[in-house]
Amino acid sequence: MDFGRVFKEALPILLNGLGVTVGIALISIFAGMILGLISCLFGMSKVKVLKGISAVYIWIIRGTPMIVQAFLVFFAIPQLIQLINPSFRLEAFTAGCITLSLNAGAYMSEIFRAGIQAIDKGQMEAARSLGLSKGQAMRKIILPQAFKISIPPMVNQFIITVKDTSILSVIGLAEIVNRAKQYVGKTYQFFATYILVAVFYLIVISVLMVISKFVEKKFSYESQGKNRRA
Amino acid sequence: MKVKVKTEGLEKSFGDNHVLKGIDIEITEGEVVCVIGPSGSGKSTFLRCLNKLEEASAGKIIIDDYDITDKKTNINKVRENIGMVFQHFNLFPHKTVRENVMLAPVTLKKATKAQAAQRADELLKRVGILDKGDAYPDELSGGQKQRVAIARSLAMNPDIMLFDEPTSALDPEMVGEVLDTMKELAAQGMTMIVVTHEMGFAREVSDRVVFMDGGYIIEEGTPDAIINHPQEARTQDFLSKVL
Repeated sequence: MDFGRVFKEALPILLNGLGVTVGIALISIFAGMILGLISCLFGMSKVKVLKGISAVYIWIIRGTPMIVQAFLVFFAIPQLIQLINPSFRLEAFTAGCITLSLNAGAYMSEIFRAGIQAIDKGQMEAARSLGLSKGQAMRKIILPQAFKISIPPMVNQFIITVKDTSILSVIGLAEIVNRAKQYVGKTYQFFATYILVAVFYLIVISVLMVISKFVEKKFSYESQGKNRRA
Repeated sequence: MKVKVKTEGLEKSFGDNHVLKGIDIEITEGEVVCVIGPSGSGKSTFLRCLNKLEEASAGKIIIDDYDITDKKTNINKVRENIGMVFQHFNLFPHKTVRENVMLAPVTLKKATKAQAAQRADELLKRVGILDKGDAYPDELSGGQKQRVAIARSLAMNPDIMLFDEPTSALDPEMVGEVLDTMKELAAQGMTMIVVTHEMGFAREVSDRVVFMDGGYIIEEGTPDAIINHPQEARTQDFLSKVL
């Protein structure tokens, strides 16, 4: 349990891995939100094909473990593509981003859908009765309110996405857990190394939680208390 | 007098539930019509058909010469001319009171932000809550919310106003302030159709009272004729329970 040694030797390696972890998590959270919004709108559309695409997508992602999805994206699908294009290669980082984004997107889609469905239907009726089109009512009235109530479950999903990056070590992505495993394999410094890894995750996720509290406050519907009803 | 609202054989079903069974009515400019009747009689559904919040199953609805049962009619345009006030207010909680009133004119490009804000303040003054312009709906009392809702629906300068039980969700002491606002509107010549349980309001303000039951108009006439001297047994029975 030589913390001094681990600090000196492993810290640069772990920080390097942490960079990959945070990078892939941020990319996947962003892409996942976009995918989720598209899938959600598809799912609520009246066009049967779009509805079907969204349903199958969510079904497959929720119905299989992410480790299998990672293997499919990194090994199985490239093998298929190589039948046509033998020089095709997929980087672990790219495969990781694709897996994690697809995964986050499916869950985000359900979070957005729940948020939209939670809005009282009187809101849509009031907006339409003023002459707004369905799209205008959606953009101006429904989505902003749905977004607000989606913030807590969304942050929950962000946290899961950050932690799920560790699963991508199985396809050789050099994220923090993978780097730690390599270091431990050479030095047997399990305790100090993994404590350090755990602390890094705690720090990243704490930052995320602080940001989310700030965003939640910003979206609250109150005029700084001065008009508060007694 | 110009006919503002006209229905011919208006019917509405929800699945097997036949709610409106043929409504014929003509409402002229400036007329205030109160629709009364027991719950489940179809009066709210009738009102909601008039701005196509519910789609008619059969029959015709003519608003200002536009047949809104015709698929080719741009319903959004017609709705700009029909204000609607709901039982549960349906204010937009993420917007301030002023923004609630400004939303439609700005979104539909009828006014610049500055014009809409000025107009909003005029309307808020008219309904007596100018001081709450920067508040959010959650910070208002029920009566104040409903007055904002009235201001909001007036922002597009409609010439027909629909009220769907506007005082039913209010505490008793707040009913008066909302009815007073509606009385002023009536006095200014607004064409109004009001679904209500407020017999006092119907008697005092309306030009005509329509009694509905079981999806039909059972009887209609002046407030005095319907409320004080009902001819039909069902009207008499209903009024004996509410008066």
